[in-house]
Amino acid sequence: MTATTVISCLLPLASTVTLAFAGERMGPRASTLIGVGSVGLAALATAWTLLTYSGASQGVTLWTWVAVDDFQPTIGLTVNRLSLLMMAIITGVGFLIHLFAAWYMAGEVGITRFYAWMNLFVFSMLILVLADNLLLLFLGWEGVGLCSYGLIGYYYQHEANNWAAFKAFIVTRIGDVFLALGMFLIFVKLGTLDIGQVLDQAPQVWAEGSATANIAALLILGGALGKSAQVPLHTWLPDAMAGPTPVSALIHAATMVTAGVYLIARLNGLFLLAPDVLLLVGVIGAVSLLLAAFAALAQTDIKRVLAYSTMSQIGYMFVALGVGAFDAAIFHLTTHAFFKALLFLSAGSVIISCHHEQEMGRLGGLWRKLPVAYAGFIVGGAALVALPLISAGFFSKDEILWQAMAADQIGLLLAGLLGAVLTGLYTVRLILGIFHGEPGSDHARQPEPGRNPVTHHLPLIVLAALSTFLGAWLYSGLGELFPPAPGENSETSHTLLQVLATGAVVAGLALAGWLFVMRRQWLHSVAGKGAGARCWALLNRAWGFDALFKWGLVRPWQWLVRGLRFDFINRGMNLLALIARAGNAGLVRTQNGRMRTYACVMVLGVTVILISLVLTSGGGT
Amino acid sequence: MNGIPMEHGLMLAAILFTLGLAGLMLRRSMLFVLMSLEIMLNATGLAFIVGSTAWNQPDGQAMFLLVITLAAAEASVGLALMIQLYQRFHSLKLDNVSRMRG
Repeated sequence: MTATTVISCLLPLASTVTLAFAGERMGPRASTLIGVGSVGLAALATAWTLLTYSGASQGVTLWTWVAVDDFQPTIGLTVNRLSLLMMAIITGVGFLIHLFAAWYMAGEVGITRFYAWMNLFVFSMLILVLADNLLLLFLGWEGVGLCSYGLIGYYYQHEANNWAAFKAFIVTRIGDVFLALGMFLIFVKLGTLDIGQVLDQAPQVWAEGSATANIAALLILGGALGKSAQVPLHTWLPDAMAGPTPVSALIHAATMVTAGVYLIARLNGLFLLAPDVLLLVGVIGAVSLLLAAFAALAQTDIKRVLAYSTMSQIGYMFVALGVGAFDAAIFHLTTHAFFKALLFLSAGSVIISCHHEQEMGRLGGLWRKLPVAYAGFIVGGAALVALPLISAGFFSKDEILWQAMAADQIGLLLAGLLGAVLTGLYTVRLILGIFHGEPGSDHARQPEPGRNPVTHHLPLIVLAALSTFLGAWLYSGLGELFPPAPGENSETSHTLLQVLATGAVVAGLALAGWLFVMRRQWLHSVAGKGAGARCWALLNRAWGFDALFKWGLVRPWQWLVRGLRFDFINRGMNLLALIARAGNAGLVRTQNGRMRTYACVMVLGVTVILISLVLTSGGGT
Repeated sequence: MNGIPMEHGLMLAAILFTLGLAGLMLRRSMLFVLMSLEIMLNATGLAFIVGSTAWNQPDGQAMFLLVITLAAAEASVGLALMIQLYQRFHSLKLDNVSRMRG
């Protein structure tokens, strides 16, 4: 069993190495075959691991990485229910996305580079979830960040894409610094980086709510915020949509951005020692989910709508973490991976069919011409708004809201319910904007639908099936891995919450139908001028966080740098050099090699000496 | 000889010295520069003679002998240099022989 785990890790790595060394010599067909095939085999190996899994937590240590006195981190993998579930999502959903990419990326230049990065990403992500110590986890953590950078900047000929890649890399790096500091603190205080030992020893060393435990949890939360695009380190995610759509589906929706949720769930014992920080996790999640849901209402690029909805859904996961319902967070992570991958791939299908058109205003009226993508959007959208009983999203989101209610966090519950209404609004707006109404451009009038049954239809159909209640049934819970959630022995009525959640969803959909179908003209006129237009601009820029950071951090820094470059001390130093240069230039002129000048200067000198002698002796003789 | 006052003799020496100095500073040809130097040396020799005659001291005469020896040595070195200069540059213009770029 451990052998198959290691194999599923090594297959993508081997493929990356092959593709990287072969470079563009390898043709696009061979690159695609190796790139998709390796992840497919990894998925098979993972499936075998799952089938033979006994249910016990197992570790396999490959070798010792570093050995310095007490500091002995290993290259070791932990196989438990959580890491296996993450493995299954990464290789399973990852394989479907790779398969779709074979359709999406056909004819692009640099296919080999694309698959090399994608496979390296799968490898790094597997290392992240399987690592048995924080240092190896950090290696995977940085690896996925690097691959994210490389893939956002995939179309590197456009300058804007490179800036987006820089932004994603730098903003997540801020979070990573916090995570590294948290690791240092844990090692200094607990003397180990092994996650199992950290969770064992932390309660013995730190009292609940002690300052050090709070600081350690806060630092790790900082890392999670950067990676999972939560307020305030969330600004990179919408710009990250510059990458190819399969990249957005795999990295910026299904797997990498949920790494923060995974990290907090994995280190749950540490966060339980810091209840205040855990509550902060929930509050940040609630704030993020509302901010992002409002911002998603006012986007015109379909991928940006999906990006903000990803932030919003991760906000739900953070709310679940915040009330101590780790199982519910992982449940939503799983269903979200299914339906958000489906939505992104369907969006990719629309984008390619309409010749790289992704502005909502230039699409429209496509539902009859692109039936597969339409079905994907309907099923994925239903799961996103958590349509009761038939969608996967309902079961997981309902679980989160119920846990929030059982934990008596009424504020978080209300935020979640309001978020559900907003989700309904922006989802309906997105689907209506793409598939209904009048086509906005020639590209939308003559789309070329994807026809390949294996690389185009199959991933969409499988993900659509997983986005219905079937996907929710697959999730069997993580059992004893997490401490009991607040809802476990609670008397709170689950039925009441289900009615409330259903009410929120129906309210959202009804409001959306009324606004976007019945009162369409009125909405246009309101958003077009005056306060409505200002409101639209504010939401379109996602509450102006980019401008805030630009004027609050980047510009002052640039001013400081400019000031330091011309600082007065430096000027003083330069003055000395200037004097030396001027003196040099003057003295050089005297050495001109002309006898007469030398003679004149000598006479002048003698005259001066004589005159001064006469004057000082006062003509006394 | 006693009929001439010392001031006249010294004045003549000063005029000769100034003439020599002016020639040294103004002349471009090395030949004239050397001649100006001779004039300056002889002016100092004249000043010694005038002084020793006026105060009846033999030291000034002895100094004049030294000055003449010095002038002879200076003239031989200076002429040798001048021949070298002419062979190298085919010119006696001192301004032309500077190779410095200052």
